[in-house]
This record gives sequence, structure tokens and C-alpha cells, in this order.
Amino acid sequence: MKIIIAGLGKVGRILTEQLVSDKHDVVVIDQNPDLVNDIVNIYDVLGVTGNCGCYSVQKEAFAGGADLLIATTSSDEINILACLVAKKIGTAHTIARIRNPEYEEQLRLMRSELGLSMVINPEEASARKIAQVLRFPSAMKLEQFSKARFELVEYRIEKENPLTGMKLSDLYQSFKVKVLIAAVVRNQKVLIPSGSQTLMQGDVIYVTAPPEELERFFRKLNLYKSTARNVMIVGASRMAYYLCKELRNLNARITVIDKDVKKCRELSIHHPEALVIQGDGADNELLLEEGLEGMDAFVALTGMDETNIILAMYASSVNAGKVVAKINRKSFSDLAEARGMVDSVVSTGSVTTEQILQYVRAMHNSMGSNIRTLHRIVDGKAEALEFYVDEGFPFAGIPLRNLKLKPNLLVVGIVRKNGQTLIPSGNDEIQVGDDVIVVTTNASLSDLRDICDKGRPL
Amino acid sequence: MNYKMIIHTLGRIFLVEAALLVIPMLVGILYGESNAAAFLIPMGLLLVIGAAAGIRAPKNTTIYAKEGLVIVAMAWILMSLFGAMPFVISGEIPRFVDAFFETVSGFTTTGASILPNVELLSQAMLFWRSFTHWVGGMGVLVFVMAVLPTTDGRAMHLMRAEVPGPTVGKLSSKLRDTAKILYGIYLLLTVTEVVLLLLGGMPLYDALIHSFGSAGTGGFSNKALSVGAYDSVYAEVVISVFMLLFGVNFNLYFLLLCRRFREALLSEELIAYLCVVGAAIVAITWNLTSLMYSFGTSLRYALFQVSSIITTTGYATTDFSSWPELSRAIMVLLMFFGACAGSTGGGLKIARVVILLKTAVQDVRHMIHPHAVSVVRFEKKPLDEKTFRSVHVYFVLYILLFGVSVLLLSLEHFDLITTFTAVASCLNNIGPGLELVGPMGNYSGFSDWGKLLLCWNMLLGRLEIYPILTMMVPLAWRRNRKKR
Repeated sequence: MKIIIAGLGKVGRILTEQLVSDKHDVVVIDQNPDLVNDIVNIYDVLGVTGNCGCYSVQKEAFAGGADLLIATTSSDEINILACLVAKKIGTAHTIARIRNPEYEEQLRLMRSELGLSMVINPEEASARKIAQVLRFPSAMKLEQFSKARFELVEYRIEKENPLTGMKLSDLYQSFKVKVLIAAVVRNQKVLIPSGSQTLMQGDVIYVTAPPEELERFFRKLNLYKSTARNVMIVGASRMAYYLCKELRNLNARITVIDKDVKKCRELSIHHPEALVIQGDGADNELLLEEGLEGMDAFVALTGMDETNIILAMYASSVNAGKVVAKINRKSFSDLAEARGMVDSVVSTGSVTTEQILQYVRAMHNSMGSNIRTLHRIVDGKAEALEFYVDEGFPFAGIPLRNLKLKPNLLVVGIVRKNGQTLIPSGNDEIQVGDDVIVVTTNASLSDLRDICDKGRPL
Repeated sequence: MNYKMIIHTLGRIFLVEAALLVIPMLVGILYGESNAAAFLIPMGLLLVIGAAAGIRAPKNTTIYAKEGLVIVAMAWILMSLFGAMPFVISGEIPRFVDAFFETVSGFTTTGASILPNVELLSQAMLFWRSFTHWVGGMGVLVFVMAVLPTTDGRAMHLMRAEVPGPTVGKLSSKLRDTAKILYGIYLLLTVTEVVLLLLGGMPLYDALIHSFGSAGTGGFSNKALSVGAYDSVYAEVVISVFMLLFGVNFNLYFLLLCRRFREALLSEELIAYLCVVGAAIVAITWNLTSLMYSFGTSLRYALFQVSSIITTTGYATTDFSSWPELSRAIMVLLMFFGACAGSTGGGLKIARVVILLKTAVQDVRHMIHPHAVSVVRFEKKPLDEKTFRSVHVYFVLYILLFGVSVLLLSLEHFDLITTFTAVASCLNNIGPGLELVGPMGNYSGFSDWGKLLLCWNMLLGRLEIYPILTMMVPLAWRRNRKKR
């Protein structure tokens, strides 16, 4: 694909590196000639110096013939303008980074009216990621499908887990929850399980279900008790604002601490339910006074990486709860995570990059096919794909039981046209207009009709 | 210094050269000549060394600017060493220094020859001699990049070291595609020229030789009298036009292909280039008409000689060494101008000359208005300090090396004009100079030492100084990491 990256900040550079190694034709634009020179020397890309919101600059970058423009400059307005110009001269897709919360309400408008394919707000995306970590304290990774109507959770079965030794066909009987185990990793081998499979201790399982069902499933497993009910956040940053919003949906009790009165006031205006404390977050007396020891989770979101690391280390020394730290610098976060100082590290840059890359890869894989999204799971050994079922689908209306599916392939979820979600059993059928989620180890699947052997239903 | 990667890249270049040697060998077989062995031996050597070094890539494939420069310099020298072998083995140019001079002159698209009579050479050797022009014109490493997969994005350093001009623009985001586009344009233009020459009644062999010579802006001919041997106005006009076309920045052809006509035709460098050519033709025609020939003959000679010298090709239809002084002076000045940046031609490059003149004008203005703030623009873009500086430094180095070379070559006891134009002609990759090294003369009179000095000049000129100089600086050879 031809991809234009406008703005060579931290995110722009990581994106360039990744997209070049994925063998895309990349053109980079930045106003700073030194940055452009630098990147052209290191990667096989074309560099253009100039304002990416300018028509002539985009023309020079051949934006008219490009498949995708990713605008990640530091200015929201330039990003929007760049996407608008690109769209007008014929770029197929545009992604803009927009971080100002004031634009949040019109994101939908911008997507539909201005034709942006994706709008990414780094702070919001990071906050959502933190919320996920806090929501499933035991979940290691979580992916979303069909606009978050389906979730896929990676979970390791430790000893004394009720799941140990359970046959998959008995799962519903014992838990009365409709979830599906899409993949099992045992001894580094990926299995796409059938009903007769038995789970063992040490397995890593991939569970899919709508979010409510998943929550019930984990509650039944007695894992939900550690869900963060009391959360302490240090730093009333923009990310804290979004995090409060996410946590509000979880009915969590939030304490936010920040030195700056203004910031505290602002947060309090937007989130009256949160307890906002004005004080030095680095003061351990204050933290203890506000009940750090009783917290289920502690999140360090100050502007300084170093402060966040130290705060997180202190929190984990006095408290057994979940500790999350925002660390922007890559080398710091690797170190902090490797040493076990912090349970989870979140960096806005890498969250943004991850999301954009996911979009690009899905877009690349779906060119000329009807793939909606694509997630590589189990370190890329298996894929979870979402297909849209169009008119020509030959197996529509046939119960899954009667389809001879390929080995190592599982239909894990169906979203009906009306938004109803379904964990399919053998009696369910795929209908035209559905979104279907398939998990497979077969990497070359590009069309839904290939799920059956040799394209025949029986 | 990543020695392993340098050796690996050189190995791959050897493999490509081995493949290139097949073509003249086939020509020899076609003409029933018995010199196939002369090609087979260097081919075998190149294959063995190339396979040993070039097939398995080292773990660390990162090359930085200095590796790029050294690879390019080494590649050109080694390719010339191997490329000289057929001449020596076949006994047609028995002395190795002579053969090396001839091959360096070929690859650097100079066209300077030590052969008193080229017509004595076999067809296969003449073909190889001219084919080196075609390969050297666009650059060997660019060719390697076009045909072999590059392993690292940093290969840009190789291209920058090889493609002439103050700045190198990529045409597409992938280097490999850029190399392919460049070679595609190059091939297309060459084939067009061959066809046009064939239509004029030139034999296929001669048409190929002369197309290679003008495409690479080299200037080797298979006739002792060069293009003058055909005495055909049609052939002269076709060759002049194509020499001028190959002297244009290839990026402009790409713009034309993209249908961006305005940008291509309004290029400042192109306009300056055409103005210089036009002015020189008018001046020489006037000078010749008033002293030597009729108007028609003058114009015909002026057109061909001017396009030949400014594009640094070096074909000749007449002995301009015997022209009146004004015309001779214009010709010598044109030698330094050279063709456009990003073309196959040599010399200082029109782009640099224009930038130098503009900065000079700006400085004079500063004398009058010491506090004036003004920006020098080139191709409608403000010039940044870096390009500015690099052009100035290049000019200083160029003049310095030129002076040193003239000084060293004077030890040969030739007259000053011969010495001066021999260096000018080699450093600018033209071929003929004036007096002894004029269009009808040759370089056989120089000692081995003088020939090697001129070889060094030709390489300096073709690779634009830096690669060859970097290679000679011990600092560049230092290892990056401690040896384990």
C-alpha cells in the first residue's frame, strides 16, 4: 500500500519503522528538514519537507495516488486539514490524531462529514487500555470486535482453577454462561479446540463473548472480586479525565490527586463523582492518608516518567493492588516492566501506534476481500478475523452443524444485522448481513467462503 | 566500519559484472572472433569471488554514510580492474596500465583513450569498451539495486554516493522502484536513439556503440574519426540531440511521465542548461563563420561539438583543437560547466554553477546593503544553509584537486594547454582536450604514472570527489565496535 505519514514525532517515527518493515510504500512529510533527512537516511522512504496541510506539499508526496494518510503532527487542526486535503485529492483513507477533548463531541461528525476513516485520541485510547487492565485484573490481553460488541480475552489457567480438567462441552452446564474458548495454547502449540477438548493447568485460553457475558464468566470463576472498586489516580492530566470517564461505567470509587488547583477544579467540574484531592502526589503521607493501602488499584499519570515509576514502586510496596504507570520513554518502560516494578505500563505513543498499525494491517489484509478487522493473537500464530457476509455467500442459512469447516477453524461469534450478538452453536446459521468472527491458525484465509473445505458446504 | 557488509555488497557487484561480461562475449562469438576466453577468465574469477562474498548476507546489514561512500569507491576501482582483464588477456591492449586507463575511462564515461587507432580492436573488445559507458552512465550500484533485492533502507547512502548532483531526490518511496524507474527511462531513451540511428542508415553495431557512448555521455567510438567518420548530418543531429537529452536531469523525465509538464519544463536548471548551450552555439558559429567555414558548416560543427562537450560526452566531428582561440576558450569553459545534476554527464553540474552564481550575486548585494535580508532560491525553493555550504565546499575541493592534478601532471613535460586540458577533460569525464589530447589525438603519450593520475581524476570526477577522498582517509576505516 502507499501510505503517507504526516508528522514525524514519536508516533510518526515508530509508524514509519513498522510500516516499512511491513513492506509498504511510505512517504513521510514534516516541516523540519532535519527530521525528514534523518528518517530518509535510516529507512527506505520518500521524504517531503513542508506543511502537510498544504495542497502542493501533498501533491509532491503523491498523496493523490495514496491509499492512506496518517496525520500525527502535534496540532489537531493541521491533522484535520491534512486529512481533508488528502481526501479531496483522492486519498482513499485518512487517519487523524486528535487529542483536544473539546473536539470529542464532534468526532462522529468529523468521521462521517469530513470522511476521516479513523480518529485516534492517544489519551483516550490509553485511558481505555488502563480501564481494561483494571476491569479484568486477571486478563492479560483484551481485543475488541464489531465495535466492542465482542471481546477476546487471553487468560492463563493457574493451579486450583475450577476450569482445570473441564471438558469444553460441559462449560455451559457448569457455569451457565455463554462463552466460547476460541484457542488454547498448550506447550507453545496453538489448538483450535472442539467440544471434546479438556482444559489443563498451565493452558493459556482465549475466551470470546460479549462483554457482559465475559464479566459474568469471570465472576463465576471468582476472579471478579479483584476488580478495581477503589482506584487512586495521581496526576489530573487529560488522560485522567478520560480514565475517570471509563471507570465511571465500572462504578468505581475514584480518588484523584494533583498539585495544581486549576487542574483539580477542572476535573471536578467534569467528574463530580470523583474525590479530587489537591496535594503533592509524591508525598507518601498524603497518599497513605487518602487510603492508598486500601486501594484496589493505583494509577500514576503525572507528566514525568521518573515520578510515575517511583510512585508506582512505592504503591506496590505498601499495597497489593494493581499498579499501572504511564511511561512514555520506551527504554524506561521496558526496564520497569522487566524488573516487575510495575504491573502494567501504558505509553500513549505505543498505544496510538498499536491502534493505527492494527487498522493499517486490517486494511491491507482486507483489500479486495470482505475482512472487517483482523487481529493477530498468540504472538501471530493465530488470527481472529471479522467478516461481513454479503449477498453472494453460498452457505447462508445452513446450520453450522451441517457445514464441513476446515480443521483448526472456529466460528466464534455472529453479530446479526440488528446488533444482536450470538455465540454460535451447531444449530445457528450464518445469514446475509451478519458480521461473523472466525478464529483460525490458517493464515491465508481471506474470504468467508473459504471456511469450508474446498468451498463445498457438505 | 561494517567490513562484512562492504565485502558482501562488493561480492554482489562482482556477480553483476560477471553477467555483464557475457554480452560482449556473445558479440565476439557472433562475429566469429576467437577471444571468448579473454572474457571467460575474468568472468570465472568474478563468479568465484562474487559467490564467496555475495551470496550469504552478514548478520549486521546496516551501512552508514561512510560505508556507502567506501563501497561505491571500491566498487568502481575493482570493477575497472576486472573490466580491464579482457583487453590484456586477448593481447589487444597488452599493458595492464593502458587497459586499466581504458576501462576506467569507460566506466566513468570519460571516453579518453590511449589507443592510437581504435579500428584495430576486435568487435567484441570495442563493444565491451562502449558497453562500460552505458553501465557506468547510470551507475553500477543503481543497477545492482534495481535487479537485486536490497536488504536495508540505508542503501540510500549508496545511491547518494553514486548519482551525480548536489541533492539526490527519490522518485518513489522505495529505492528499488526508483532505481527501476531510472533504468527504465535510460533504456527507453537508448533504444530510441538506436532505432533513429538505424533509420539513418547506420549499421546496427555502430548504432549500438554510438548510442552507448551518448547515453552514458562517454564518447568511445569504433571509428578513429569518431562520429565525423559518417559525414552524415542526420546522424550528427540525432546524436547531438540525444547527448543533450542524456545531459538533462532524469527526474524531469519522470515528471513528464507523471504528466507534470509545467514543473518539468520550467525547471530552472533545464532553462539555464539550454541557455548556456544556445549561447555557446551562437558564439562559436559566429566565430567560425567569420574566420573559417560557411555559416551552414559552422552551425553544424558548433551544434555537435558544443553538445558533445557540455554533456561531457566527447564525440567529435571535427578537430576543434585547431579552431580559433575564442572558440577554443569557450569549449574549455564548457568542460567545467558540465551537464545537469541527476543526468549521466559529468563536470561541475549546471545546478551547482547556478547556485554559485546566485550566492555570488547575493553577496555583492550584501556589500551594497549590508543589512539586507534575502533568500537564495533554486527551483522555486529557498536554499537551505546545508546545500549552500556543500556546494561551496564541493567547488573549493574541485578547484583544489584540479590545481594539484595540473601541478603533478606538469612533471610529464608537456605544454601547459595539453596538461591543463588533459586534467580538465578527465576530471570532468569528457575525453578529448586540446593540442596533444585533442579530438584527433590520444593519451598514449603519458607515462604510466601520468595515466594513473588521470584515472584517479576520472574516478574523482565521476563519483563527485567524496567517495574517493573518503576511501583515502584512514579515519573512515575504523571499526564501529570493539572486536570480540
